[in-house]
Amino acid sequence: MGMTGRTYRAALCAAAIFTLSIISSGPLRAEAPGLPAPSDPAARGLAIAEESGKRDRGWGDAKADMKMVLTNASGETSERALRFMMIENTDGDGNWSLMTFDKPADIEGTALLTYPHVKEADEQWLYLPTVKRVKRISSANKSGPFVGSEFAFEDFSAQQVGKFTYKWLRDEPCGDRTCHVVERTPQYENSGYTRQIVWIDTTDYLFRKTDFYDRKDSLIKTLTYQDYKLYDNKFWRPGELAMANHETKKSTRLVWQSYAFHTGLTKDDFSTASLERAR
Amino acid sequence: MSKTSRSAFAAVIVALAPTFAQADDLGLRGTIEPELRLFTQSASSTRQKDTDISVSGELTGKYMWDNGDQSLIVTPFARLDQRDSRRTHWDLREARYGLVMGKWEVRLGFDKVFWGVTEAVHLVDVINQTDLIEDPVKQETRLGQPMLRVRTTQDFGTFDAFLLPYFRERDFPGANGRPAYDIPVDMELTRYESSRKERHVDGAFRYSHHLGDIDFGISYFQGTNRDPILTPALSAQGDLVLAPFYAQMKQASFDVQATKGAWLYKLEGYWRRELGREYEAATGGVEYTFYGALGTEGDVGIVAEYALDSRGLMARDPYENDGFLALRWTANDEASTSFLGGAVVDAETGAMGFRFKGERRLGDDYRLSAEAYFFGNIPRRDPIYSIADDNYLQFRIARFF
Repeated sequence: MGMTGRTYRAALCAAAIFTLSIISSGPLRAEAPGLPAPSDPAARGLAIAEESGKRDRGWGDAKADMKMVLTNASGETSERALRFMMIENTDGDGNWSLMTFDKPADIEGTALLTYPHVKEADEQWLYLPTVKRVKRISSANKSGPFVGSEFAFEDFSAQQVGKFTYKWLRDEPCGDRTCHVVERTPQYENSGYTRQIVWIDTTDYLFRKTDFYDRKDSLIKTLTYQDYKLYDNKFWRPGELAMANHETKKSTRLVWQSYAFHTGLTKDDFSTASLERAR
Repeated sequence: MSKTSRSAFAAVIVALAPTFAQADDLGLRGTIEPELRLFTQSASSTRQKDTDISVSGELTGKYMWDNGDQSLIVTPFARLDQRDSRRTHWDLREARYGLVMGKWEVRLGFDKVFWGVTEAVHLVDVINQTDLIEDPVKQETRLGQPMLRVRTTQDFGTFDAFLLPYFRERDFPGANGRPAYDIPVDMELTRYESSRKERHVDGAFRYSHHLGDIDFGISYFQGTNRDPILTPALSAQGDLVLAPFYAQMKQASFDVQATKGAWLYKLEGYWRRELGREYEAATGGVEYTFYGALGTEGDVGIVAEYALDSRGLMARDPYENDGFLALRWTANDEASTSFLGGAVVDAETGAMGFRFKGERRLGDDYRLSAEAYFFGNIPRRDPIYSIADDNYLQFRIARFF
């Protein structure tokens, strides 16, 4: 009975881990001009999300390495290592990504290609290196954990502006900056969240923090974005993302290394055929 | 593997060794995996024992240059077996050069190719020979196949052309091997339809594409059938043995999968012409996954498939009118724990087979797996009758480095 169960599910992941980090840059000012007034919180919330997305346009393509550190309730850690290739998609449907596992060793070489969509289901293909097989897989799994971490699939894949409705709540200080605090509600199927509260700073429109509320509407996880660095004088990327689970007391850190932009990748590097190539 | 290709391989390794040692873009990794098999029934032959200890190892050397557009990959595999000298074997799983030029790609050397969509039986997957002693029941492990492969990926799909200049014989367990046929296969008696024997040049072509929810492929293969016809014969020593005969065949095949939410619908099949006869076979089914099953973080997947062969019980493939059902649970935990239970039932003979598998990672570098294979109610006329008394448990611990 041919089943490739372990790798099949273990390596399932979602689009654009880095869409988490794709936020923006811009001149220093208190608030983006032309933002709708607080009296229309839905329009203001959406405009803040759109501004954040707009400021990151033009990065073209990118490569990066990611280390994932899983910590359990008693403080023991284990690591995963992944390599990413991304190409910008300007049609609003989300960026294409191809990720390859380097660690753990038993799934080394396993790779995932994702074409995300806002309205239809994401398209995903998994490459299993031991059997040299490319498999089209279901993208219906949104709320399940990604390789045993505190990140759910949707925390990676569902980042396009169109996947949520928005409500601006307030502006408040966050660290040494001011943040818009916006509630967003998933509009896609199978989400594990009723809502998320995001803190987006008013200077560069970068995500600073996200609170996740589960199906019972209790606060389950908090994600913080740290060590933002400016690349190519234009694109901000966080060096570290820390997800804390308040219920299980487990946490996961994503540490990003060696970002490179405009590396010459084309859409040909994101075909199902390219999944089978050596990386 | 012939003596010449063995020494050629050694020469390549020696020539590449200094390059590997200096290269920055070099990857070297490996696995060592001891194994214990316990057979729960008494054997049909006194030469077969109830326990078997074995160890396998695989090493992969990867060298990439030219911004990753050129690559060299070498993956030798070897196994040492306590009982069966045939199972003590080695193979070049991969030893190939690869070149990517935009929409074009060329590969040359020993390589592996997978075609098809189903889980239980892989009907259309015919490029590589099965490594039967490595994987006697599921038959999913493949021997490396020498090939020249040219691929182009266009907006309207991917085209592959294969030139296969050398045929790899299927390997079979020896007289001490288990599980095994009651009558051993004598590879000294191998015969071919083609006068060129294993040097017959085979060719294949494939077109594959995806449109929305649908992924599909159509393929054509012409050359030596990887699946031998086994006929009773007398060995040089005068013992009763099975002699493999490899016929020439032409095969046209298709495979298609529809991905609708958590449902996968799969179908694949072929038309073959061989020894002046034509026959067909197909397999298909559904797969459904309950994500976050029973309020846990785990998933439960169900696979149901059916296989049909127009040759009926004359088919060499044991799955001529068979149903498959499998349940897979994945915990989605840190150790990637999973369990699989599967059953196959022959609708014609009532023969049944069961497989159970559990596995998990231990730390970062080890993986434990336990498997059980049981056969039941197998009538004498069923092609797998011979291994009906070879129920077994298998334990493995893999160390990755």
